[in-house]
Amino acid sequence: MRSHPMKADDGSLAMRDVFISETSALLDDDPRLALVLADISAGEGRFQQAAADHPDRVINVGIREQLMVGVAGGLALSGLRPVVHSYAPFLVERAFEQVKLDLGHQGAGAILASVGASYDWAEGGYTHFSPRDVALLDSIPGWTVHVPGHPAEVAAPLRAAAAGDHAEYLRLSLRRNAEAHATSDGRLAVLRRGSDATVVAVGPMLDNTLAAVADLDVTVAYASTVRPFDTRTLRDLGNDTIVLVEPYLAGTSDWLINRDLSDRPHRLLSLGVARTDLHRFGTADDHDHWHGLDSEGIRASVEKFLGR
Amino acid sequence: MTATATFDDALRLARRTVVDPRYPINTYTLDALWVLYDRVLRVDPRRPDDPERDRFLLSKGHGPGSYFAVLAAKGFIPADWLDAVAAADSPLGAHPDRTRVPGVEVSAGSLGHGLPLGIGTALGLRAQGLDRPRVYVLLGDAEFDEGSNHEALAYAGATRLSTLTAVVVDNASATHGWPGGIASRFTAQGWTAATVEATDHDALYRALTSHTGAAPHAVIATSH
Repeated sequence: MRSHPMKADDGSLAMRDVFISETSALLDDDPRLALVLADISAGEGRFQQAAADHPDRVINVGIREQLMVGVAGGLALSGLRPVVHSYAPFLVERAFEQVKLDLGHQGAGAILASVGASYDWAEGGYTHFSPRDVALLDSIPGWTVHVPGHPAEVAAPLRAAAAGDHAEYLRLSLRRNAEAHATSDGRLAVLRRGSDATVVAVGPMLDNTLAAVADLDVTVAYASTVRPFDTRTLRDLGNDTIVLVEPYLAGTSDWLINRDLSDRPHRLLSLGVARTDLHRFGTADDHDHWHGLDSEGIRASVEKFLGR
Repeated sequence: MTATATFDDALRLARRTVVDPRYPINTYTLDALWVLYDRVLRVDPRRPDDPERDRFLLSKGHGPGSYFAVLAAKGFIPADWLDAVAAADSPLGAHPDRTRVPGVEVSAGSLGHGLPLGIGTALGLRAQGLDRPRVYVLLGDAEFDEGSNHEALAYAGATRLSTLTAVVVDNASATHGWPGGIASRFTAQGWTAATVEATDHDALYRALTSHTGAAPHAVIATSH
């Protein structure tokens, strides 16, 4: 059992810690930035100090997610740059019509920053799982989506997003790789080259993927920005046997890859979180295993796909 | 049309817009809109993006003919737009689209979005030191069923968001009604509220200008 459901086991800085310190610093520096919360992360050691420092621009609406997103839309219409933060299922799913209508349809942008990801707080069960967030945002136009795989990959996209006006989603997780690999321009980072397949791991899926294919003759590329998806580099890598390992719903990015490779015969294996409601708790590692996303599961799927 | 347009002009303009017989021109909405645009709102069609303007958000986006008529009467849009509502190339539809229509602050259609957007707008104006503009949101009594309104009015009341006015046009169309009156829902959350006859323009004007500066204000315009 962890000491706190949303803190890293080893006491190191989690993505959320970086998000909070960076956003607090941005609030100090940029009078255009505003933060909207629905109680999550509002307390001591989180955004309490920023709220005291900037009472007009740090807005905690209470446990009211429809209002949280609607307020963000109004802030943007008034000329501010809103950051909206909560647990992923409450930020993206619960108020999805507000995301659709109060932001994009109004011509307004915002930065949505979620925590919890697909099953970070495994003890909390299905109510707190959000494997479908990226697929949902994919159903409406204009969203840039960042899926950092390491706490050191949070600040750069957050700061770039804060300086802009567009709709940006930052999917923060307790799941992380040992090292940061994100590129500064949203392109794929090519980590290894091989000839039997190109394997693209998204965000926190990288380390399990690297372990799974360690002795295989495959290219491994890493994506931490998935919308837009860097299919240009994927094409340039030249291999038409492709494996995609995503930390959210399996198949979320299939449509983009198939669209952008439609002129080339290709095979695509898409790994990710299944649509099943397991009604189980345990740990996030357990859920990786149940969804075939631990290194053994990824290995087995890739071997079968490559005909081994 | 110009600043000399009258309510009757607006009514004639509104009748040109009807495209959906389920939503004929109801003067209970036109009355409130007319009083707002003619006597209350500080808006100028020559400067529709003026940061210092008041904001009017039509939350109840259905049947916006009255709204388009008032915008035409006050010079925000050409009157001949009203003859082609919802045509393929018309900027006017059966719901207003802020990206297509000058003077329209929010795109509407789905109910229960205006009040949260209005709160965000009011908070954003305040954070930028724009203390003069007031934010007005017009809702319907059936729209008031949507839970997002109740998130919004509880928050605005608790934080005494005094630059906000909600206008609820109440023609008793909510399926389960609001026993005790809609105003009581606002006052229970710390708002001031006034209930007036929807067609009484002087009473509407007094109600729309009776905010105290210490709390958000609600005007309930009843036609039943």
